[in-house]
Amino acid sequence: MSGIPHDHYEPKTGLERWLDERLPIVRLIYDTIMIPTPKNLNWMWIWGIVLAFCLVLQIVTGIVLAMHYTPHVDLAFASVEHIMRNVNAGHMLRYLHANGASLFFLAVYIHIFRGLYYGSYKSPREITWIIGMLIYLAMMATAFMGYVLPWGQMSFWGATVITGLFGAIPWIGDALQTWLLGGPAVDNPTLNRFFSLHYLLPFIIAALVVLHIWAFHTTGNSNPAGIEVRRKSKEEAEKDTLPFWPYFVIKDLFALAVVLVVFFAIVGFMPNYLGHPDNYIEANPLVTPEHIVPEWYFLPFYAILRAFTNDVWVVQAASWITGGLIDAKFFGVLAMFGSIIVMLLVPWLDTSSVRSGRYRPMFKWWYAFLVIDFIVLMWAGAMPAEPPYSTIALIGSAYWFGYFLIVLPLLGVIEKPLSQPETIEEDFIAHVAGTNKTPAE
Amino acid sequence: MIRKLTATALTMLVASFGSAAGVLAAGGKGHVEDVAFPFEGPFGTYDKLQLQRGLKVYTEVCAACHGLKYVPFRALSEPGGPELSEDWVRAFAAQFEVPDDSDEAEPGDTRPAKPSDHFPPSADPNAPDLSLMAKARAGFHGPEGTGLNQLFRGIGGPEYIYSLLVGYTGEEKEEAGTTFYENKAFASGWISMPPPLFGEDVEFDDGSPNDLHAEAEDLAAFLMWAAEPKMAARKKAGFVGVLMLVILASLLYLTNKTLWAPVKKQAKEAMKKG
Repeated sequence: MSGIPHDHYEPKTGLERWLDERLPIVRLIYDTIMIPTPKNLNWMWIWGIVLAFCLVLQIVTGIVLAMHYTPHVDLAFASVEHIMRNVNAGHMLRYLHANGASLFFLAVYIHIFRGLYYGSYKSPREITWIIGMLIYLAMMATAFMGYVLPWGQMSFWGATVITGLFGAIPWIGDALQTWLLGGPAVDNPTLNRFFSLHYLLPFIIAALVVLHIWAFHTTGNSNPAGIEVRRKSKEEAEKDTLPFWPYFVIKDLFALAVVLVVFFAIVGFMPNYLGHPDNYIEANPLVTPEHIVPEWYFLPFYAILRAFTNDVWVVQAASWITGGLIDAKFFGVLAMFGSIIVMLLVPWLDTSSVRSGRYRPMFKWWYAFLVIDFIVLMWAGAMPAEPPYSTIALIGSAYWFGYFLIVLPLLGVIEKPLSQPETIEEDFIAHVAGTNKTPAE
Repeated sequence: MIRKLTATALTMLVASFGSAAGVLAAGGKGHVEDVAFPFEGPFGTYDKLQLQRGLKVYTEVCAACHGLKYVPFRALSEPGGPELSEDWVRAFAAQFEVPDDSDEAEPGDTRPAKPSDHFPPSADPNAPDLSLMAKARAGFHGPEGTGLNQLFRGIGGPEYIYSLLVGYTGEEKEEAGTTFYENKAFASGWISMPPPLFGEDVEFDDGSPNDLHAEAEDLAAFLMWAAEPKMAARKKAGFVGVLMLVILASLLYLTNKTLWAPVKKQAKEAMKKG
């Protein structure tokens, strides 16, 4: 599978040969888990395993929850309480599933930001990156629809606000929104289709995950040094790599266990900390909550959505140029989707020939500000849409776009990168001997 | 360092801003006092005598208007709760009339409730059901709306209930034919619920204090149990889970160390050779 030379599967017994000629499944598994992996991967490379675990956890707990849940506006809320009170271990299943979504997003954000720092998206790994972003989009859709299912106040009003975004699209918006909701407002048809799609999408994610893994098994993993494994001969490649099993499997499982200690502590001792109290009130279309806020993992993009109000000059300019077609609401929707699309395009927006941020002295600082920006946007997204929060959200949104559309293209031209190690082996040896302490790492 | 910053920052943001979302809508303006409930913290459990007292306050005062429609009577005898005897619960349930669901029943017929039935819903349509009230309110929000202090004080649902019950100032006003009562804990400052407790509203069998604060505290504890009856089982599962995972993580740490030792040794030797 991999382009890096390595030992291949050799059937030893007659049965193995018989099977291998008919269905080379053992070969496939062997080549997948024995993939040569750069020796120098650091602890930021463990989040893929955490993510794989999350997907399995969500599917397994979700399937059991679905056995006890009723997707009907009159029964959904009570059926969740039935799970919490009467189903054996139902409260644990539900808390694992709800907090599992938070762990899933925490892991995916660290995974994405790791990729952004080490330039994992650069050639030849653009397809891996794009599939990854598609997984992220599918995760957002899944999480959003899952949050509607308990049919609490925030479920209902969150669904109303988010589906309302599609209504902002000129000409087709209203028809599109009605089509998505299955009626003029969020109601039973909406709940039913969201349940159906919430069950379907994880399996699409699983399929995308297979493609994601296939893609980076073809190119080989990226690594903190941002240089390629030598692949002229097997001997040379073996100096830079170790097989995934057992070296990285054990390392990743150790990291997963540590992450799960924290996760279990949250599920066991403070399972509602990340949730919204209003979602313990049954949905009521007649009572609008004072503040409608999404789950924490949507907050940065929610902040971008709300940042562009009528008094912002770019909104006024867009409105004037398009003859009023793009109003503040539609502009916000475009900005929110745009903020993810710029991430999708980062393989082509980043013009630097150096992959790893480690060897990019100027990039490091812009990147650090992007991380801070993300956190500030998250905070602003949870605050009311009024000054000073709206101004902070606007500045944060501007930096987000500025980073991808201006900083990254320019840095590649003006920045003078530091010298990189010749080989991964060299980087690994320097790391083990403790001599590669670059200033900002 | 930057990559570590990223990880730490991203972890922190979940811890902090995660609940910021939950903080705002739950009425962040009222004054909520922190109460040291026995069920707080990783090892806290419900005090069954307190829950029994809270049940009495609920039954004799709150139930006149409010309901507990998601709570079955049998939960009163289940472990981790008030743990009343099954006979007691059977007799207690029989005081309540529920719609008769037997084959011979005419529409509108009622029968005495059984332990498998639920508490009645709210008698007054304007009074919210209290089954989940202790989880549907957040008492603590700060600092700066981040919800960080919930990590130390808890989300504050029962504290909110307690503060609301003791927060009446005695002032009243009338607007559009409805009387509002000033309350320090209520977000808008004026609530339509008349003060339900004044102190000495119920007599406790065990002679426990029945002043306003004691009654409010017992009732808040009871409503927390009503909202989260499986708390004891959950904390136990969490404790076992954490313990097993710590052991697993330790074993995996040692395995990983042993596994990588020759690889690292080789690298160090290569370093010495230059």
